[in-house]
Amino acid sequence: MTRLLVVLMLLAAPLWAVEPGEMLDDPVLEERARDLSQGLRCPVCRNESIDESNAALAKELRIVLRERLVEGDTDQQAVNFMVARYGEYVLLRPDARGANLILWLAAPALLLIALGIGWMTIRSRKPVPDALTDAEKAELDKILRS
Amino acid sequence: MLNELGHFALILAFGVAIVQMIVPMVGAHRGNAGWMAVAEPAATTQFLLVAFSFAVLTWAFVTSDFSLQLVYANSHTDKPMIYKITGVWGNHEGSMLLWMVILALFGAFAAWFGGGLPPRLRARVLAVQGSIGVAFFAFVLFTSNPFLRLAEPPLNGRDLNPLLQDPGLAFHPPFLYLGYVGLSMSFSFAVAALIEGRVDAAWGRWVRPWTLAAWMFLTVGIALGSWWAYYELGWGGFWFWDPVENASFMPWLIAAALLHSAIVVEKREALKSWTILLAILAFGFSLLGAFIVRSGVLTSVHAFANDPERGILILIILAIFLGGALTLFAVRAGTMEAKGVFSTVSRESALILNNILLAVSCLVVFIGTIWPLVAEMLFDRTLSVGPPFFDAAFTPFMVALAIVLPLGSILAWKRGTLGRAAKPLMGWLILAVAMAALAYAIQSGNSALGPIGVALGVWVVGGAIADLWMRSGRDGWQTRLRRMGRLPRADWGKATAHIGMGVTIFGIAAMLAWEKEDIRVAEVGDRWAVGQFEFQLDDVAQTRGPNYLTTMADISVWREDQQVTLLRPEKRFYPVANMPTTEAAIANGVLRDLYVVIGDPQEQGGWAVRVYIKPFANWIWGGAILMALGGCFSLSDRRLRVGAAAAKKVPDAVPAE
Repeated sequence: MTRLLVVLMLLAAPLWAVEPGEMLDDPVLEERARDLSQGLRCPVCRNESIDESNAALAKELRIVLRERLVEGDTDQQAVNFMVARYGEYVLLRPDARGANLILWLAAPALLLIALGIGWMTIRSRKPVPDALTDAEKAELDKILRS
Repeated sequence: MLNELGHFALILAFGVAIVQMIVPMVGAHRGNAGWMAVAEPAATTQFLLVAFSFAVLTWAFVTSDFSLQLVYANSHTDKPMIYKITGVWGNHEGSMLLWMVILALFGAFAAWFGGGLPPRLRARVLAVQGSIGVAFFAFVLFTSNPFLRLAEPPLNGRDLNPLLQDPGLAFHPPFLYLGYVGLSMSFSFAVAALIEGRVDAAWGRWVRPWTLAAWMFLTVGIALGSWWAYYELGWGGFWFWDPVENASFMPWLIAAALLHSAIVVEKREALKSWTILLAILAFGFSLLGAFIVRSGVLTSVHAFANDPERGILILIILAIFLGGALTLFAVRAGTMEAKGVFSTVSRESALILNNILLAVSCLVVFIGTIWPLVAEMLFDRTLSVGPPFFDAAFTPFMVALAIVLPLGSILAWKRGTLGRAAKPLMGWLILAVAMAALAYAIQSGNSALGPIGVALGVWVVGGAIADLWMRSGRDGWQTRLRRMGRLPRADWGKATAHIGMGVTIFGIAAMLAWEKEDIRVAEVGDRWAVGQFEFQLDDVAQTRGPNYLTTMADISVWREDQQVTLLRPEKRFYPVANMPTTEAAIANGVLRDLYVVIGDPQEQGGWAVRVYIKPFANWIWGGAILMALGGCFSLSDRRLRVGAAAAKKVPDAVPAE
């Protein structure tokens, strides 16, 4: 049944991303809604946020999100509401809990390791011979001239 | 009949590739000059056969020969001629054939212009290139044959996906493939050098032009795709961190690192094993990209050629080549001894830092791309990784790269001093900070993105100019300008590419930070203001195109009661493919783009209209063009041509110790 519903939604006439009718009159609230909806994934689309998507479900979610904000939810509460309904799948920015720590920390950790290895490799190389001292230069000149 | 000939040529090319893989390699091992010499004619023949096969397929599309299953599924008699031709690669089978043509072309180039290579190395390079060909010929012939016939040809075809009927996207795949496949040359050189057990300055010189060419094509291909997304998708986004985009971005980042580390091999004979590893990884990421795009294992907006079974075969090819090369690397990397020594503060160290930052930023893209898969398989969590993650995790590395770039590119080789390098840059640093402060003062709101983008842009561009200026000596400015004109092309290439990087950074930051958006319902005759401009909906009309129906609006743009321009956004419907598309109307400008989209008619009357003012949008792609141009300059440098063509041995650049 839900699958049928999804198919019907996908077949529905193409709508538009954010439509004029959905927008809130309060510019501050509307701005918050836009920011939040850019971080929420449309559950039936291919990798699009509900802000960009044309799907009917995305439109519904945009309206639901705005309703939550109008009722006085904080940003976090509104997002939690969506996650409670659709799972963490809707978060385009995965939280840094549990296994996701690997996702967030892999690059910084590798950067530190790479910098360490790079530093040690450069250091452990034979040092660049120092430039000649003045005395040595004089000596060299003498040899070359003789 | 002709189609069968094309099919046959493809099978013959497969056979030739097998010969090219085995005979020269054995010859190189035994020191048999005759066997090694097989490589060149084999590479040429292979290319001619595949090119013929590709020409036949193109002819089938041009003449709408619906007896070919592929033509039936992807073409239509009403389609404009240009899209009949580009339709050849607008599908899985045809694009694989294009991939093969390019692969064979690169092999043939190595055969034609590789006269300066030692014969043994050349035989091995061509043999490795031949082995890549064998794998993909087998893939095309056994799973994705473009020459399959239909027993009863239908009267007309099913048309090409309308989104692909567009100039930007028509030429996006060929450039990308030139880039992806071009990296196969770097891979072949790396594997050949590992088999040979020898990497020297000359090797660095030979491998660089191929990498540079591949990187240039990738740059153009990615820019075309991003530009297409900007004007076609209807709201002016230019990068979505979609798995398929990431698939092309990862090899680009690694190729950029490879370009820089190959310079160190060439000039200083250091970083050898690291450079070999990068060359292997760059092609590995190309193959990974092919896997991501064609397997559909990651959900993407680009899904047009998905088939899990084919995906598994590409994964096997990837595993064999990457696994084989990395094993060889593990065995042989120890034999490559660095010759050049350098101190902690030096151009070499700066290039190592460049490589670390590029490689780590590639890792961010990689792990973000595959994480949904890993999380689902190992941790049973269904989650998404989208633009907000990449923006947060990727940007810091690029900012660091931009900060380091001007300093590093000015540092002396072997041993430098930071103070001396910083001196010519002080003026630019002050200018960068001042411009950022100015930007902060005049912008509305207090986002840091715009000012940071301005500062980095000025700093990177200024650094490149300062570098050129410093190299022109110490005389009066006329003499210095004249000398600047006579600097080697490679120096100009470096400066141009770095300027391009600065321009792109600035463009991205400025557009994201200062964009204006307006969404409303407008009746015909309505006039409204966005920023400094006024927009008026003059008319909405329904008309027909060659193979589509369209709703076209006339929207005039005014500024202080002077008409600036007339924009005509469209909403098209392609009846054969049963698909709508939006065609935004854009007035391009150096300082800003005006971007208008017409939406659906509203129940209460009027039309939904979206208007964007996108400041400095074109600088994003302008910068990419500059980067590619820089690559061109560098490729045309005498040093590379002489180095690639002259047979005489390059004297070893061993530093005095």
